[in-house]
Amino acid sequence: MIQLKAPEEIEIMRAASVIVAEVLAELKAMVRPGISTEDLDRVAEDLTRKKGAVPAFKGYEVANRVFPASLCVSINDEVVHGIPSTLRVLREGDIVGLDFGVRYKGFYGDSAVTVPVGKVSAEATELMRTTKEALEAGIEEARPGRRIGDVSAAIQARAERGKFAIVRDFVGHGIGRRLHEDPQVPNFGQADRGIRLREGMVLAIEPMLNAGGPEVHVKDDGWTAVTSDGSLSAHFEHSVAIVEGGPYVLSLL
Amino acid sequence: MSMPMPKSEVIAANGTVQESLPNATFRVALDNGHKVLAHASGALRMHYIKILPGDKVMVELSPFDLNRGQITTRTK
Repeated sequence: MIQLKAPEEIEIMRAASVIVAEVLAELKAMVRPGISTEDLDRVAEDLTRKKGAVPAFKGYEVANRVFPASLCVSINDEVVHGIPSTLRVLREGDIVGLDFGVRYKGFYGDSAVTVPVGKVSAEATELMRTTKEALEAGIEEARPGRRIGDVSAAIQARAERGKFAIVRDFVGHGIGRRLHEDPQVPNFGQADRGIRLREGMVLAIEPMLNAGGPEVHVKDDGWTAVTSDGSLSAHFEHSVAIVEGGPYVLSLL
Repeated sequence: MSMPMPKSEVIAANGTVQESLPNATFRVALDNGHKVLAHASGALRMHYIKILPGDKVMVELSPFDLNRGQITTRTK
C-alpha cells in the first residue's frame, strides 16, 4: 500500500534527507587514497548522531539478513550494499559509491552518490556522469499525473543512450515511515505504464549502471552486489517528493 | 539503499487429480496430503491436454492463497 504524506510530513522527510545530504557531502570531502571504508562508516554514524538522527541501515533487515553498518560503500565492480571494513582501503583510480540513510523524527531519508578517488579513467567518468544524468532524467518525470513507468523509461533512455547496462536486480522504492515502502521504482520500463503518481508520494529513485553487462550477483557476505563480469558500476540516488509544481528533491542541499 | 527486485516465487508441488469441476478447475490432492483447487494453465488448454481424475499433475501454488493453484503439467 502506498502511504501518501501530508505537507508537514514531507518537511520532516526533507529535514531527514538534508541530514543525509550533509553527511554525504562530508564523506565526499574525505574520499582520498589511503582511507578505509570503515573510516567513512564511523564518520557517517558519528555525524548522524550529532545531528540528532539515527543511521537507517545499521541493523536493517532484508530477506533475513541484517546489515552491520551505517553506510554502504561500494568500490569499482561493487554495485551496491558494500559492507565497510578496515581492510578495504581506497586507492587512486577507484570509483566509490556512498549510499546513506537516516531516520529522523520517525521518517527516513535515503541518498547515494558515486565519486572518484583521485584521477580515474575516462570510462569511469563517463559511467558516473551517465548514471547521475539518468537519475536526473528520472526525477524530471516525478510529477503529479505522470506514472512510475515514465520515471523508469526516462532513466532507461538516458542509460542506454550512454551505452551502459541497467542493473535490473535492484530497484528504487517508496520511502517514508519505513525505509522501503511501496511502490517499487524500477530503472527500466515503459512510459505511460504503472501506477499514477500523486501528490504526497515520496520515492527513492536510484539508477545503478554497469560499464559491462547487466548481470550482478550477491557475494557470500549476503549483501555486497558485484557485477558478474567484473566491470565498473555506478549508483546515484535521491529521495524525491511528488508535489504540485514539480519534483521536490528532498536530499539535495 | 536499493531494494532487491522481488521475484514472483511460486511454490511447485506434485499431486493427483481427484475430481474435475466446472470451468477447468480440478480438486488436486497434493503428495503432502494437502487438497487444493487448481485451474488448468492456459498452455495446457491451448494444446487440448485433457486432465482426468487420477492423473498425476504438477501444481504451482499461489503465494497469496495456498489452497489455490495452477496445473502446469500433466506428469506420468
